[in-house]
Amino acid sequence: MAMQVTRERTSGKGTIYRISGPVVTAQGINSRMYDVVFVGKEQLMGEVIEIQGDKTIVQVYEDTSGVRPGEPVVETGRPLVVELGPGLLTSIYDGIQRPLVVLKDKMGDFITRGVQAPGLDHAKKWDFKPTVKKGDAVQPGTILGEVQETPTIVHRVMVPPDAKPSKVRDIKAGKFTIDEVIGTLDDGTELRMMHKWPVRVPRPNEEKLRPEIPLITGQRILDGLFPVAKGGTAAIPGPFGSGKTVTQQTLAKWSDAEIVVYIGCGERGNEMTEVLTEFPELKDPKTGGPLMNRTVLIANTSNMPVAAREASVYTGITIAEYYRDMGYDVSLMADSTSRWAEAMREISSRLEEMPGEEGYPAYLAAKLAEFYERAGRVKTLSGKFGSVTVIGAVSPPGGDFNEPVTQNTLRIVKVFWALDAKLAQRRHFPSINWLNSYSLYQDSLNDWFAKNVGQEFLDLRAWAMDALQQEAELQDIVQLVGSDSLPAEQQVTLEVTRMLREIFLQQNAFHPIDTFAPLERQLKILRAIKRYEVLSKEALARGVPVRTIGSVKSKSELGKARFEQDFDKAYEVVMSGMEQEFKVMEAA
Amino acid sequence: MAREYKTISEIAGPLVFVQQTEPVAYGELVTIRLSDGSTKRGQVLDSSKDLVAVQVFEGTSGINRDASVKFLGETLKLGVSKDMLGRILSGAGDPIDGGPEIVPEARLDIIGAAINPYARDNPSEFIQTGISTIDGMNTLVRGQKLPIFSGSGLPHNEIALQVARQAKVRGSGEEFAVVFAAMGITNEEAQFFMRDFERTGALQRAVLFLNLADDPAIERLITPRLALTAAEYLAYEHDYHVLVILTDLTNYCEALRQIGAAREEVPGRRGYPGYMYTDLAMLYERAGKIKGRKGSITQFPILTMPGDDITHPIPDLSGYITEGQIVVSRELHRKGVYPPVNVLPSLSRLMNAGIGVKKDHHGNLRTLTREDHKAVSDQAYAGYAEGRDLRGLVAIVGKEALSERDRKFLEFADMFEDKVVRQGRDEDRSIEQTLDLLWDLLGHLPEEALTRLDRKYIEKYHPKYKAKAAHAPAAVAATR
Repeated sequence: MAMQVTRERTSGKGTIYRISGPVVTAQGINSRMYDVVFVGKEQLMGEVIEIQGDKTIVQVYEDTSGVRPGEPVVETGRPLVVELGPGLLTSIYDGIQRPLVVLKDKMGDFITRGVQAPGLDHAKKWDFKPTVKKGDAVQPGTILGEVQETPTIVHRVMVPPDAKPSKVRDIKAGKFTIDEVIGTLDDGTELRMMHKWPVRVPRPNEEKLRPEIPLITGQRILDGLFPVAKGGTAAIPGPFGSGKTVTQQTLAKWSDAEIVVYIGCGERGNEMTEVLTEFPELKDPKTGGPLMNRTVLIANTSNMPVAAREASVYTGITIAEYYRDMGYDVSLMADSTSRWAEAMREISSRLEEMPGEEGYPAYLAAKLAEFYERAGRVKTLSGKFGSVTVIGAVSPPGGDFNEPVTQNTLRIVKVFWALDAKLAQRRHFPSINWLNSYSLYQDSLNDWFAKNVGQEFLDLRAWAMDALQQEAELQDIVQLVGSDSLPAEQQVTLEVTRMLREIFLQQNAFHPIDTFAPLERQLKILRAIKRYEVLSKEALARGVPVRTIGSVKSKSELGKARFEQDFDKAYEVVMSGMEQEFKVMEAA
Repeated sequence: MAREYKTISEIAGPLVFVQQTEPVAYGELVTIRLSDGSTKRGQVLDSSKDLVAVQVFEGTSGINRDASVKFLGETLKLGVSKDMLGRILSGAGDPIDGGPEIVPEARLDIIGAAINPYARDNPSEFIQTGISTIDGMNTLVRGQKLPIFSGSGLPHNEIALQVARQAKVRGSGEEFAVVFAAMGITNEEAQFFMRDFERTGALQRAVLFLNLADDPAIERLITPRLALTAAEYLAYEHDYHVLVILTDLTNYCEALRQIGAAREEVPGRRGYPGYMYTDLAMLYERAGKIKGRKGSITQFPILTMPGDDITHPIPDLSGYITEGQIVVSRELHRKGVYPPVNVLPSLSRLMNAGIGVKKDHHGNLRTLTREDHKAVSDQAYAGYAEGRDLRGLVAIVGKEALSERDRKFLEFADMFEDKVVRQGRDEDRSIEQTLDLLWDLLGHLPEEALTRLDRKYIEKYHPKYKAKAAHAPAAVAATR
């Protein structure tokens, strides 16, 4: 036992016994599970993932070509941590919080290896303004002061969650680096703007709260039909080409979270570059500043080391929790969790573990559950309210949802946005299937919607879902006999649902106006379509032929109004036009 | 200094296990000398103090316990040179055209490091291939990886060659250098490619790596890596815009499965290894552009879908990595349409970045294709999808039962296949020709059905208005 204490103080050294891809077996070290070690002459970073007798198995975050048995392995005695402090926002990291900008400076255009790069800039000075004073009692998580991290976001410096309750002995205002001491506690603890936190350990909170506030996304099908709560969990599964990434990026841009953490986990390089070039140029709809000012990007593309891909989702969610603890609403996009699961599978198979379904490790379900469980709306240790909403893309092989990652994810998440390749093929975007998708938050969010948008919104939602359901049944018949053979009333229903699909559900993510639809506008579009139905049915009763009703011009006008800068005005014109058109319709 | 070992303990499939060696590096290159004096090459797949596993590229036939194994102390590298252009090399990178050895200007690791996403440049230059279904509907841009998903017996090779012949970035005057990697294709197919390269003079600006069907399967794992290493050298050191054609990825994946099985790995779906996604990504992700470097790599991989099944692991995993796919359809091929591209399941993810008229950083307008491109393509997609759906209905109720609107859409789908999809093997259409062609067909649809087209585009390009605009001054003149 005494030996172990020594080990933690002075890091031990061992040698490599075996190398098989990213999995390296070391001898002669005694690290704990998930401790970080440095492997080989080039000091490649790795993490202990298994201990067998005198052998310690390490997953290495960098390419291991050229590494030989017998080379040294150095222990650090600490787990994989991220640096938390001002400077996180606007950063672009790889899976283990190395800034890509720094890596480019040190390695050039290609990612080589053996380069250490701290997550935060340790030289930069930040202007710190204390909000506590000498003698104040502080707890773990208590907010000590503020730093203007970006023009739009105030960074709240906290007592690290693993500190002990104490009193402030002294605290200073002024410009400091993240390593400089800004104050001390009575128990001697030195306070800095940065602290480190192990990525695999959830950050503590006071209590988890019921999710009852929606995350407004400005996407009609999401807000209108399948809302997600702040602090909730959602999955977007879909085959390739069905628009997962566009949906994720649209959510990152428009959802009303204050902080966005975007994890590109095992995805395309060019796609990450698109995010990297687009986000700094995009305007934040709330502040007018660049969107990047409230964003942290983590990019571990599919050809970057697989172990770092495994770590990337933990790095991301730890950063998200950190901002939650400051009292912010954070949304975290993970694109794609399937690639993360595959990284687990790859490591597991190198370990020669007994596989579960389709070669995935038996602990896949547990890992997924643990990850999504880190979402939530909480009362923080300092008594503020913050949330982490997790939206995970899933890439099921062959678009078949009946596979382990999708199935295990669906057992945990509360919102399911099912992407549909058929819809994507006819350029119906977002190609979310309205019949298969669901949100289990609907009931708990109803109060909010009734209070903030109106009961009418909820009634229209129920009506729209009902109509779309009817359409699905009618389509079966239409497939057999053609729509002209349906009774007039059902033909009107089909016309109404066509409007719902084309005007309400379809939304152009690339159109400057249509990409974001405020709730008010969503309500009005639904109201207009409902009004069309009412007027059509009245006209039918008067004996107006279906063909005449179907040729109403205001239908397409309503579709175009979505693209108008002054929607409200266009809407008024369309509505009075519609009333007029129906008024003059005559019976056959 | 490298020592030879005669300590082979086990040979299984393409793998040789060697005992009691000096410390051998993971990924190290190996030569094996057989008792008859011939040599084979291999690479270390697993290295420990007691046992080293070597994967032999040329296959293990003829190796016995007497063979000696030499570890070369370096990982697999390719000697690269600008003089590679115009040469034909084997799947292992040795000249097979009777020409001299290539004098390398540099020796590069064939694994290829990942491009730092921060160093990548956004692909945005439109490549005109002259094929309407690609240019108009699934536009290719420089730095993209856009595979052809095909089936056995379909004319994917012809399409790839037509693209290689016709591809250009307009107004730049720059030509593509072509790097061609064949993996397990037949001698006949290889001849077909070589003849075409020679016929069109493209060979002078091409490097060919040929691993044919009767070459060792394991060699297929290195052939595309050699090709991409050569491509990177030409692109990033010599400013070439390189078009890389890889064919056939299906054979590559079979070789990957073979290695996995020989190593007794836990198999993933349909026996393919669980790391196939990562492995394929290491190839596909080598396409791209880098900020501050002139050259670029555009990939045009070909894969044949076993049983035409797009959900098979090979096309499926590819589709998750590549930036879209061009799907070749057996149905259209049977109808005699060339190129038989089914646009509905096809996709180019980078299309939006490369088409239309865009503002650059200075706020100046850059004409990439034409302002109406996206809208026209969306409208044509929607129209063709609707028309094709109606074919099913017609089969049941007959054309007569269709409404006027539906009949127009049905006709649109037929015309689309006949006029837009179908084109000659040497027909090089400009993007304007393609777009005008689409407008001609869209002109047959009822105007109120053109919901995806802005009014201003309809007035400018719709045949009805275009004709009017062209005739109006003449009419005025006549009345005078």
